Amino acid sequence: MVEEAPVIEPGHTLATVTDKISSIVLERPTSNGWIVGFAGCFMLTMMMLYALGYLFLRGVGIWGINIPIGWGFAIINFVWWIGIGHAGTLISAILLLLRQSWRNSINRFAEAMTLFAVACAGVFPGVHTGRPWLDYWMFPYPNTMNYWPQFRSPLIWDVFAVSTYFTVSLMFWFIGLIPDLGTLRDRAENKYARMIYGLLAMGWRGSARHWARYEMAYLLLAGLATPLVLSVHTVVSFDFAVGIVPGWHTTIFPPYFVAGAIYSGFAMVLMLAIPIRKLYGLEDFITDRHLQNSAKVMLATGWIVAYGYAIEAFMGWYGGNRYDQTLLWNRLHGPYQFWYYSLLICNLLVPQLLWFRKMRTHPVYLFFISLVILVGMWLERFVIIVISLTRDFLPSSWGMYYPTRWDWMTYIGTIGMFLTAMFLFVRILPMISIFEIRTLLPEAEVKHK
Amino acid sequence: MSTPSVSSTIYGTMAEFNSAQELLTAARRANDAGYREMDAYSPFPVEELAEAIGFRKNYVPLVTLIGAITGGVLGYMMQYYIAVISYPTNIGGRPFHSWPSFIIVTFEMTILFGAISAVLGMLALNGLPMPYHPVFNVPRFNFVTKDKFFLVIFATDPKYDTQSAHQFLESLNPQSVSEVPC
Repeated sequence: MVEEAPVIEPGHTLATVTDKISSIVLERPTSNGWIVGFAGCFMLTMMMLYALGYLFLRGVGIWGINIPIGWGFAIINFVWWIGIGHAGTLISAILLLLRQSWRNSINRFAEAMTLFAVACAGVFPGVHTGRPWLDYWMFPYPNTMNYWPQFRSPLIWDVFAVSTYFTVSLMFWFIGLIPDLGTLRDRAENKYARMIYGLLAMGWRGSARHWARYEMAYLLLAGLATPLVLSVHTVVSFDFAVGIVPGWHTTIFPPYFVAGAIYSGFAMVLMLAIPIRKLYGLEDFITDRHLQNSAKVMLATGWIVAYGYAIEAFMGWYGGNRYDQTLLWNRLHGPYQFWYYSLLICNLLVPQLLWFRKMRTHPVYLFFISLVILVGMWLERFVIIVISLTRDFLPSSWGMYYPTRWDWMTYIGTIGMFLTAMFLFVRILPMISIFEIRTLLPEAEVKHK
Repeated sequence: MSTPSVSSTIYGTMAEFNSAQELLTAARRANDAGYREMDAYSPFPVEELAEAIGFRKNYVPLVTLIGAITGGVLGYMMQYYIAVISYPTNIGGRPFHSWPSFIIVTFEMTILFGAISAVLGMLALNGLPMPYHPVFNVPRFNFVTKDKFFLVIFATDPKYDTQSAHQFLESLNPQSVSEVPC
């Protein structure tokens, strides 16, 4: 048995933990690398706004969608982004309930990742409606049109699921920040920084009564967020599974979507954690143990996803439904076969490298395996949406889907928006939860009565 | 009862400790010595500390439960009202009251209201936001968000007397003892 790496490197005290994490925000000068990275990502965000501005002017006709492919990049990217968000909630809520204390050093930025990913996801269905300035019609409010939303539609379920998910994730993240904002308030030298952090900390003073209610509220939020996160991708999968299109109308979709979401989410966590811990010298808090554990979660969820693919293929063959059989044939031999095989390589073959301990602990290999998984999960949504829609029941209505440059600009632009938000986050807020790291130190232990 | 002249200028007496264990022991001893109105401050949640200073009833779970039930009931009633009473539409021949379709939004509303109640309930019960508080008047108190631990016996404690409280806290081996001005 090989010795497990520690969750936190030995030799740290309450003071060193506090200083190390808060100094990144308060004392470390803004580096040139940060400015260049931020500027690059900000430009990509502007590109997205340009693409969206043109979309508002001309309508969704500038995209590659047309009948029979009414759902294209917008829905692929929506599902991809919202799936990425799921790992943040899994780390912060489910691992808290399971008492996995190693989560304490990665939950803060994983939650930030969730928020930004859900914000990126929200862009797509919002602009896909065609007249985004009327999106508020999806919410039930009394209006002069005497109209109400249709609650038997999965798309309205999605509105409630995603907006609840965003709201709860935001509250969970902010509540977790309050004690650390207090730390920044008390450490900040700059008057304005002290005022802003002080305002956000709301006068947190670490009272034992406050901690008792705080911990209870945090635990309850985790308990509420756990079924919520499982429900969100389930509801997203209902957008497909409730329809009758071949390849969509299947009961395996909810668990298969949730597993895929966590799979891609952990890949994104690693792609962020590996450079961040290197650049900011946080190897003491984000240790090889965290990389190992995340890699193991990816390996496990990767196999659930693989099971999903196997069952899809098996049911296509065994079910005896000729449309399902045709779908399977189309995946293996149709015009988009290249993408289906690429998906299998990215999501099934390459992640098997994670069986090797060396791969699980080597940051560079792990970074690239995660990148491959993220690409693979994007391809999975492409395969599900495009192959099913381009060839449904009637050959006379078959077609092809070619994304346009506006599709690509919007998609790449949201990646820029996501990274812009991450750049700002690591600069102005503590990216590791200081008070939760304190509880991991030996000093934090007390004798029971 | 404290004398009026004292309570108007003094909020309490504060002792500073170096570790969670020292603070917990001190809080227990203050309780044993008959002090009832006090509070302990720490940079992270310390197990059993809230009980040691006499915190008994945590209403956050109750508030959350009420919020969650309200959300669920409201969510279902809203859908019933819309789909059956105000705007009945025939969707694929399903009954107007097609309850299985209403479960998801009911569930989401339960979670949403429960979570909002947990957060707002916790803040309200804690009396936050409160940017100014007498304990902040002690300069050393800044370290409560870093690595120091504090115990305050309030002037409103029936047993409180500036001198005896000071002496009692000194007997607990603290780093320092100081009066907290109002």
